Order: sequence, then C-alpha cells, then structure tokens
Amino acid sequence: MLAGLGAGVFALLVAFFLGEPGVEDAIAFEEAGAHEHGAELVSRTAQSTGGLATGVLAFGVAFGGIAALVCCFALGRAGRFAPRTTALLVSGAALLCVYLVPFLKYPANPPAVGDPGTIGKRTALYFLMMLLGVVLAVAAVLCGRRLVPRLGTWYATVAAGAFFVLAVGLACAFLPAVDEVPEGFPADLLWRFRVAALAIQLTFWTAFGLLFGEAAQRLLSPGARGAPGDPSPAVR
Amino acid sequence: MTQHVAQPTATTPVVPTRLPVRAIAPWAAFAGVLMLILLYFVGAEQGATSVFSGTGVHEWVHDARHLLGFPCH
Repeated sequence: MLAGLGAGVFALLVAFFLGEPGVEDAIAFEEAGAHEHGAELVSRTAQSTGGLATGVLAFGVAFGGIAALVCCFALGRAGRFAPRTTALLVSGAALLCVYLVPFLKYPANPPAVGDPGTIGKRTALYFLMMLLGVVLAVAAVLCGRRLVPRLGTWYATVAAGAFFVLAVGLACAFLPAVDEVPEGFPADLLWRFRVAALAIQLTFWTAFGLLFGEAAQRLLSPGARGAPGDPSPAVR
Repeated sequence: MTQHVAQPTATTPVVPTRLPVRAIAPWAAFAGVLMLILLYFVGAEQGATSVFSGTGVHEWVHDARHLLGFPCH
C-alpha cells in the first residue's frame, strides 16, 4: 500500500502536468457549447489539485494494496524469480489486465465526451472489462501451467498468451461499442488526453513495480532482519 | 521442489520461498474488500450509482476519474 502511495505520487505528477491541460481544454470546449452546469459545487482549482490528488492517491493505495497481495502470492510460485523481478512482472500484468484491456475497448474520455444518460451502462461495461481482463489472465496462466508438461515452458507460454489475446479480442468484438464523442470535438485533444491517461497508468505501474520490488527484495534478502519469517520452506 | 530453499551465491539471486496461502488469505480478504470499496469511491460513486446523495464525491474526484480512465459522466 505504501508503495502504491509512492507510485501514486509519481502518477499524480504526470497527471497534473500532462493530463490537466487536456482536461482544461475539454472543459473549455464543453462550456463553449453553452452547456449549463449550474452553480459549481467544487471549484476547478480544487478539482485539479486537491481533488485530483485524492483520487489518484486513493487509486494508488487501492491498487497498490491489491497488487502487493498478488505479489505475495506470486512470490516463488511464478517461477524462479527474485522478489523484485516478481514485483515488476506482477505490476506489468496488472497494467495489462486492469488498464490496457479495458482501454482497448473503452478508452479514457475527457470531460464533454460522453452522454450522461448512459453513465450507468458505460460504468458497468468498464468494470466488466476490468474483471474480464483479470479473469482471462488468471485463466491463461492456469491453462499455461497445465500445458507445461506437454508442450514445454516456451510453447505453453505462447499458447497461454494466444488464448488471452484471442479471448480479449472476442470480448472486444461482442461487447457493445460506445461512441459518444460530440460533433466538433477536437480529435487531437482527444488523442492527447488518452495518451496522457495512458502515461499516468504506465508511470503508476512501473513505479509501483520498482518501489515494491525494492522493498520486498530488501525484506526478503538473506541477512535482512525479520526475513521470511516462515520456517517451512519445504511445504509445497 | 527443493530449489525453493534459497541458496544465494554471487550468481544466483534469492529465490524466495512460497508464502503459504493460509497466511495470505486473511489479509487478502480484509484488505481486498477495503481496497475495492476505496476503488469504488474513486471510480464510480455518484456517477452510475450512489451511496450518498448529492454530487460532492463525484465533483471532488472528478479530474482523477477522467484521467484514470473511469467513465465519469
């Protein structure tokens, strides 16, 4: 969780400097369209600083905590990898499952894009896609492990990867599309916003993998105080 | 399975022992639920569904929600 918080700080910097200009431009577009918002509940300044920080850091703690648990499980089970290698692999997989997979079908949208009437459907689809990413990845790993004795590690991994890509492709093909970009919305702005959103996630997961890996490596290195704390290495 | 006993030398880095599932499970249940709730508040509260009425939570995390890729409005 702390590593997640640390990674959140990095992601926040990227979000603030790369992402916010896009949000501002999009809101300028939204307001140019004379779309009445009524009284502002939270000022734009607060939204783009404190609000952004709360959201990104909470996101960091949440995903950091979950990913840390996954790392604990993967340690020693994912192959003969050192703790920091495991951490980086897990965070790479997490980036793929909970971000890149949903992003492929339902990419991040700036303000002014999206019909408020369909928010329920879009949120459900987005979380469904996240869930699918995780479930399919776990399924791919399990299948891959089953195939190792028959195909060998290399081909089993290739087969599992192919299964994952195929399954995600099918999901993308059959889930309903969302196309709610308003007329006249600058394509370039949309592109910049999405690239910034991608950069935020990339930063977050890379930073998390490195920070958590470093911490885990130090904790678990022989000679470190309070190392593994599990005197039964032969079990399983 | 004997190679799980870490025997670090200059060339082979530490290969960690497996943490038993029974040791991870309670943490996973506790923290997992907490983290999912946290995620829900950042990602979806007062957008698609609401626990609290009003739009305070939505407005406060508005920018983060957009930039983290969640559907916002």
